[in-house]
Amino acid sequence: MTTTTTITLDFKGLSCPLPIVKTAVAIKRLQPGELVEVLATDAGSVADFTAWSKATGNHLLEHTSDAGTYRFVIRKG
Amino acid sequence: MPAQVVVLGGGVGGTLTANLLDRQLGRDAHVTVVDPTGMHLYQPGFLYAALGKANGRWLARDERTLLRRDVDLAVEAATLVEPDSGRVRLAHGGSLAFDYLVVATGARLVPEEVPGLVEGAQEFYSLEGALRLREALRRFTGGRVLVGVAGIPYKCPPAPVEFTLMLDQYLRGRSLRDRTELTLLSPLNRAFTIESASQLVQPIMERRGIGLETFFNVETVDPSAGTVSSLEGDTAGFDLLVLVPPHRGQAVIEASGLGDGGGWVPTDRATLQHRLHERIFALGDATDLPISKSGSTAHFEAPVVASRITSLVRGTAPKANYGGRVMCFLETGDGRATALRFDYAHPPTPPTPSRHWHAAKWAFNRLYWATVPQGRIPEGRGHNTPSVERSPT
Repeated sequence: MTTTTTITLDFKGLSCPLPIVKTAVAIKRLQPGELVEVLATDAGSVADFTAWSKATGNHLLEHTSDAGTYRFVIRKG
Repeated sequence: MPAQVVVLGGGVGGTLTANLLDRQLGRDAHVTVVDPTGMHLYQPGFLYAALGKANGRWLARDERTLLRRDVDLAVEAATLVEPDSGRVRLAHGGSLAFDYLVVATGARLVPEEVPGLVEGAQEFYSLEGALRLREALRRFTGGRVLVGVAGIPYKCPPAPVEFTLMLDQYLRGRSLRDRTELTLLSPLNRAFTIESASQLVQPIMERRGIGLETFFNVETVDPSAGTVSSLEGDTAGFDLLVLVPPHRGQAVIEASGLGDGGGWVPTDRATLQHRLHERIFALGDATDLPISKSGSTAHFEAPVVASRITSLVRGTAPKANYGGRVMCFLETGDGRATALRFDYAHPPTPPTPSRHWHAAKWAFNRLYWATVPQGRIPEGRGHNTPSVERSPT
């Protein structure tokens, strides 16, 4: 699936909970409906982003992993 | 000519590295510690100070008394590092030349980065803050208490959880607990970043009636309304707010162009060398490494830095590597504690909270001054675990 994202946040190498916290900061500046792509290497980030999106009313549209890098596409709710 | 080694910072990492270098290199090196205050603080004690359990000599000592005789101490602020010329500029106009530089400058609290935090919140991350909080708690007669963090990364990740659990005990001791609503604010969906530790701590919180507000990343504090708001759009009211202030690297790191956007030193995870300057090493809270900012991290890193510099001075190949080892106690209140031991390759499996670990923490608190800065507690086996791409969450 190809999606057009507004911004890409590269959080590779950061450990929990930095990717979530930095995403929360960045998504605050977006309009509802805009898409953000997040790249992370933290193994716990799949569970964290799933739970965070659910709890905050944002939508986790995609999550994939490739050679230790996790990619998330989130639509601001 | 002895090699000139300058150590910036007289905390646990700087002091221990300086002492180890002097012991290992003797007359082959001249070691100078530069510290703006000349006072060595035992930061793990601040938590106890806020709850009225620690004071005085327990928390601060003259740095000079902790350094070996041949290590020089300059009580001065370093204002600029010039990596190419190998020089450190000092606040009073002088400078020091170095062959090797050890950056052990720690973290800086920047409460002003969150609107309303300075006026509206208490903290226990500075000695002054801990003593102010102690007074606020003495005056406290019940109400809503919120505990949390106002920025990531911060030192000693378990501290907000520990403080919450110990505050619960403190309030019961003063017969105020039934008049107090106690809540921990967490940036994640659990009490603590490390999943296994959360699984231990959350049932204890539930049993003691401590609330958990998840996905609450503090954005602003309104001191007059007595509310704190999160990036996620939630607002919570308080009568007493205790927030760990945001942290940054020290100004000298930023002024010298040695740090990243947060002022943290880009550091090789195994060799602890600056990623751009091979004669500069960094350890403890000052680094950008994705591990806990804690005294124990600095304690385990110092022997690696000292060993590598010793090898370089002697012209042999440096062999010591840091494997990411960290060991933290986590007080759960009521005289019990657990321990988090992990490294780059192995996430922690904390034991059930017990009196044993609480006793161990108290023993460590008491033994610290006579052992750790001098390198009398061996760093133990296994900290040279090979690095792999895995960090604890």
